[in-house]
Amino acid sequence: MDTADKKRLLREMLFARRFEERCYEAYVERKIGGFLHLYPGQEACCFGVMEAARPGHDYVITGYRDHVHAIKCGTDPKAVMAELFGKETGCSKGRGGSMHIFDVEHHFMGGYALVGGPFPLAAGMAKAIKMKGGDEISICFLGDAANNQGTFHESLNMAKVWNLPVLYVCENNLYGIGTRIDRSTAVIDQYKRVAGYDIPAAQADGQDIEKVYDAAKIAVDHVRSGKGPYFLELMTYRYRGHSMSDSNAYRAKDEERMWSGRDPIILLRDKLIEAGVITKDDYKAMDTEVLEQIENDVIAFAEDSPEPKVSELDKYMFADNDPYVRGGQR
Amino acid sequence: MAEIMFWEAIRRAHDEEMTRDPLVICMGEDIGVAGGTYKATQGLYDKYGAERVIDTPISENGYTGLGIGAAFLGVRPVIEIMSVNFAWLAMDQIFNSAAKVRYMSGGQLTAPVVVRSPGGTAHQLGAQHSARMEKVFMGVAGLRVVTPSNPRQAYGLLKSAIRCDDPVFINEHELMYNMKGEVPDEEFFHPLEGSEVSREGRDVTLFGYNISVHWALQAAEVLAKQHGIDAEVIDLYCLAPLDREGIRKSVSKTHRAVIIEEAEAPVGVGSEVMAIINEECFFELDAPPVRVSAENVPIPYNHGMEKAAIPNPQDVVKAVLKMFGK
Repeated sequence: MDTADKKRLLREMLFARRFEERCYEAYVERKIGGFLHLYPGQEACCFGVMEAARPGHDYVITGYRDHVHAIKCGTDPKAVMAELFGKETGCSKGRGGSMHIFDVEHHFMGGYALVGGPFPLAAGMAKAIKMKGGDEISICFLGDAANNQGTFHESLNMAKVWNLPVLYVCENNLYGIGTRIDRSTAVIDQYKRVAGYDIPAAQADGQDIEKVYDAAKIAVDHVRSGKGPYFLELMTYRYRGHSMSDSNAYRAKDEERMWSGRDPIILLRDKLIEAGVITKDDYKAMDTEVLEQIENDVIAFAEDSPEPKVSELDKYMFADNDPYVRGGQR
Repeated sequence: MAEIMFWEAIRRAHDEEMTRDPLVICMGEDIGVAGGTYKATQGLYDKYGAERVIDTPISENGYTGLGIGAAFLGVRPVIEIMSVNFAWLAMDQIFNSAAKVRYMSGGQLTAPVVVRSPGGTAHQLGAQHSARMEKVFMGVAGLRVVTPSNPRQAYGLLKSAIRCDDPVFINEHELMYNMKGEVPDEEFFHPLEGSEVSREGRDVTLFGYNISVHWALQAAEVLAKQHGIDAEVIDLYCLAPLDREGIRKSVSKTHRAVIIEEAEAPVGVGSEVMAIINEECFFELDAPPVRVSAENVPIPYNHGMEKAAIPNPQDVVKAVLKMFGK
């Protein structure tokens, strides 16, 4: 990462933060329905890992906290916001919603709402990559609490047995919904759990994007070089509740203050200011520009987009006119 | 036209599709080196190798999910779940991932995966190896469910299921793998929707699927020879979506319906067919439709109790005679 990269990443992370904060407002305004899981606090995880990978080329899959991962893969933020608004122009045509953002063109293979569901799907994509001989890798982002599902263990085992090009990124934000990790999980350091599958694993500071990038570079290189799966744990924190329906009453104020002091955007901003790359005014101008883009470009697009037609309720359930449904083309 | 066994028909479909398309793979417990519990993949490991004929760990939800993920990128996996009882463990991936991904992605992503699994009551396998789960699968939007009753269907349905872009669940039966039947020598694809008239008749329609088609046919012979009742037998090889038109057509002709299922009655194929009859052709009926189903109990181990828990052709004959007031 050179200086220009860091400056770009600062803007990308700031955009992600403001995007998510605007989602919060739109939810309160009832423009967005359903469940809404926001990403503030964890930005360095996604941006640091994907900076070391190849966004739009490598296949990415994740859980329901998925807006930012899609955007980093190359999805137009307008299409993500339109999806949250339930519009036909949404990246999933208004059929998916916040937890089911998809953009196959940019190899963002979806957000899934079942905790731990993407583990085997990621291994399967890696199997396909291997069969087809591509140089892509499969990257699965999930939280620490997903590791208590059986799919975690089943998938790590298969990924190792079959030497699959899959990178599992664990964003350890210390909470599974509203339950603190030490109350639900025998081992807090998740990378240690991977030892049982003989898969290389590492832990890094998930708030400092440079540290994330360095750790991810090793991970991505390992997987892409054909050496098999890798597990990277990033220690992080989400600043909001698990979802919008979360009272957030389960966390100590001291803990929240400590992690607020380790805001990934502020950390990078201050480093760049200290190094003389940007000034405080530059940052303010960047923020203003981001906010304007979100309001004038992203929100306006979502607002103005049409609703899906109710008459098309069963569209996309099955393939259109698949000949084999009728017994092939005889 | 050669007469081959049910398992040979499945094996032939695998073999032809794997020869044609290098992205067709099969996976499951003991299907490779061991040749498959029911021989449906016998010899394929030696022919296509470990990368395409995959012996999986005993992790049903995990390997089913892995197959679905591979299907996202164009691989065509045929997943064998050794017993349908174990498919309960894979339901999360089959229902939440495979059946929903096309819809919730707005048509961008498809999961063209085939899951094959035998259910049914075999020989004293006890409660946890005797499930009949088709009723569960057919109730999930986004999933196709077919169930062959003979080797020809077993071959043709698997061929079409592999090539179809939708996820397909194939419900097989543990007692039917050694059943013999004619399969055309030339390649063919069986429709994944519709139903089939297995025996034409005028007086009553017997709806069966998978093994219960054979019970219906046996009952029809007895009814014709001993009671002068001419039964039509409809083979519902497709359980999702059920063939509304085929059901309507037959009942409109015979005006009577009996549905035969090896599974327990509640929330089953029988209740669904009855609902369709109500919706499509209620006023054509001369008598209330009847179900011949299993007792609503876990299947017991004891042989006599096991037999008593599931229906047989005599039960079908009795139900029809009762319907005719005989």
